[in-house]
Amino acid sequence: MSSGNCDVKAVKSIIKKWKNDREYVIEMMQNLQDDFRYVSRDALEVLSHQTGVPLADLYHIATFYKAFSLEPRGKHEIQVCTGTACHVKGAPRLIEAFERELSIKQGETTSDKLFSLEGVRCIGCCSMAPVITIDHDLYGEARPSQVPKLLKKYG
Amino acid sequence: MDQLTINDIDRIKEKWLAEQDKYKAMLMICAGTGCVSAGSMTLYDLFVKELKERGLKNEYLPVPTGCNGFCAKGPIIVIQPEGIFYQKVKEKDIPVIIEQHLKGGKPVESLLYKDTESGEAIPRMDDIGFFGKQMLIALRNRGVINPEAIESAIARNAYKAMGKALTQMSPEDIIKEIKASAIRGRGGGGFPAGIKWESCYEAAKKRNEKPYVVCNGDEGDPGAYMDRSIVEADPHSVIEGMAICARAIGAEKGYVYIRKEYPLALYRLHKAIEDARARRLLGKNIMDTEFTFDINIHQGAGAFVCGESTALMASMEGRVGEPRAKYIHNVEYGYRNKPTVLNNVETLANIPVIIEKGAKWFTSIGTGDVSQNPWNGSSGTKVFSLVGNIVNSGLVEVPMGITLREIIFDIGGGIPNGRKFKAVQTGGPSGGCIPESLLDMPVDFDKLTEAGSMMGSGGMIVMDDHTCMVDIARYFINFLKDESCGKCTPCREGLILLDELLGKIIEGKGEMKDLDIIKQICEAMETGSLCGLGQTAPYPVLSTFKYFREEYIDHIKNKKCPAGKCKALIEFSINDKCTGCAVCAKNCPNEAITGVPKETYSIDQNKCIKCGICEDVCKFEAVTVQ
Repeated sequence: MSSGNCDVKAVKSIIKKWKNDREYVIEMMQNLQDDFRYVSRDALEVLSHQTGVPLADLYHIATFYKAFSLEPRGKHEIQVCTGTACHVKGAPRLIEAFERELSIKQGETTSDKLFSLEGVRCIGCCSMAPVITIDHDLYGEARPSQVPKLLKKYG
Repeated sequence: MDQLTINDIDRIKEKWLAEQDKYKAMLMICAGTGCVSAGSMTLYDLFVKELKERGLKNEYLPVPTGCNGFCAKGPIIVIQPEGIFYQKVKEKDIPVIIEQHLKGGKPVESLLYKDTESGEAIPRMDDIGFFGKQMLIALRNRGVINPEAIESAIARNAYKAMGKALTQMSPEDIIKEIKASAIRGRGGGGFPAGIKWESCYEAAKKRNEKPYVVCNGDEGDPGAYMDRSIVEADPHSVIEGMAICARAIGAEKGYVYIRKEYPLALYRLHKAIEDARARRLLGKNIMDTEFTFDINIHQGAGAFVCGESTALMASMEGRVGEPRAKYIHNVEYGYRNKPTVLNNVETLANIPVIIEKGAKWFTSIGTGDVSQNPWNGSSGTKVFSLVGNIVNSGLVEVPMGITLREIIFDIGGGIPNGRKFKAVQTGGPSGGCIPESLLDMPVDFDKLTEAGSMMGSGGMIVMDDHTCMVDIARYFINFLKDESCGKCTPCREGLILLDELLGKIIEGKGEMKDLDIIKQICEAMETGSLCGLGQTAPYPVLSTFKYFREEYIDHIKNKKCPAGKCKALIEFSINDKCTGCAVCAKNCPNEAITGVPKETYSIDQNKCIKCGICEDVCKFEAVTVQ
């Protein structure tokens, strides 16, 4: 089994945290995503070997759920909420503004790996629509004209 | 720690209340996700510091609470027991509140809520229109307890109903009471919870198996956040509701499936479960009875379809969330193929109150005569997230049967910026858009369905006349296209086709015959899809067809978007309100705006990318969209 460049010890400690219970394989993968900013093939191979869940099933999970990325996400993750309230109050224009400023499309990462941009489903802060989150910071009533300034704060 | 009995609960309550009595006032600081992001925890820390420095820390107690509900006005602080409501509080206001209000006895005028019409300040929270027509059952403890302190919940009678259910009621009594309450599932389907519990109880007994209780906290409907708020504000109400259900059906294990997008709710639920275990309110022989029950959490990974019951259980088993056919019922073969009750967060939060106050009291609220049949009406209250183009945006809990007009205009304060009401969308992507002509309709499960929408989990998104209904229909179809699991053909392919056809109309390339094709696809999806996601996916399209057909025709025949939203059909221009301040020109990302300072500017249509930034930055309403 190839373990490539992945930190096998870290993957194993995640598996141990969930007592190697295959019912919690989605949670294990979320920990991988959080710790490494993506789920790598190498990490999935270790996970498959340890838990006995076939690699194909793990890929099925990785591509089915929105939380996972097979490519490393950027240092800062920008999420533009596209829930209904945010849509009505201008989320599409916000996404366009980020796309324009970063020269990437949603779902992509900048070439310097600094920012990833995603349109996400409702994050439940509808009263402050439109809402964006950058890493763990939440910004309500965001406007497209604020986008360049916001990016500067993190860049 | 020794085993707690029901009397210990009373002792904890009394001790806590006696401690609280020492304080002259409590500063209830909203610590829901919205207010936290607006800086409420900094305000809390500042209160603690300032009170200590002034030697007042034994006189006034700052308390971080769950979501107050009036999220548009955050950060919110309510001074109790007076009930003085402060909105949009900033760091610099803290010393003023302490000096002027707490010490001087005079509320700080500038931080009070102002009536939207008269502009008059309204000091007391209960006198504010937003709170006036509400009736709190599921949200009974919002803003009045510290969700991270179990004693604070116990002081408001948490776990009392559980004690009653364990010591004074048989499982059959509990089921009877819940059936009599006629409470219908608050997650969207509206299935009577009592019938569900009874079927599960019987299936488990027949097969001699241990059933499961699962709480659905995968609140996926865009525009709805009541479940997040309940878990953040009062996690013990959900634990208690689950325990009562477990006692009724004979379960020993419960699970909460909750979205990873809700970190604060996850944290507070984890803490509440640990605290309940430490107090032996979860675990073995609870309250010195035979009853044993514990709860684990499963964290969702971002898939809307996982709110569907069978998909949710597949996800809990560590698989992809694909629904299965509905002829196998969860109450018989659910999680791990065992009999399972799946209830939504809000439903479970109602359960302790029903047990405590009785089914008769619960059915006195709501619509229809449900004494013989729970399907005959809607008992109790419903929490709605009142959001979108609305003045008082936030979470509201109202009795079933209240009219949409009362919710939107009396509680919600109407439409902001002098615009007109156009539609209200309920039921998430499975719901529909309700027009002005139906505003006097009473709100309950059946009336909303009759209007071509549905209750859903309670999202209520208000739309003004700048909202394009074709765009909204496309929005939901696009949402569902991304979220469809792809297992059955009508849903997977139908959504792709609908998205293309609606996209064509939005781009001004639509033809009248497209409307017929769209209708046919909708009908096929409704009848042929495997699960609720596909079956109800056409509703946003069908409801806008029904109530806003002329708007589709405007897009197709006249190549116009009356709301000024669809990019291909609109043009930005600058009108004579322009003062020549040049802000738009400076902010235009494509240098499409030119002009001489202090004279009217103009937009080069060839360069304009219709990003809307000029409209966004203009302070003089000088940008027109046509």
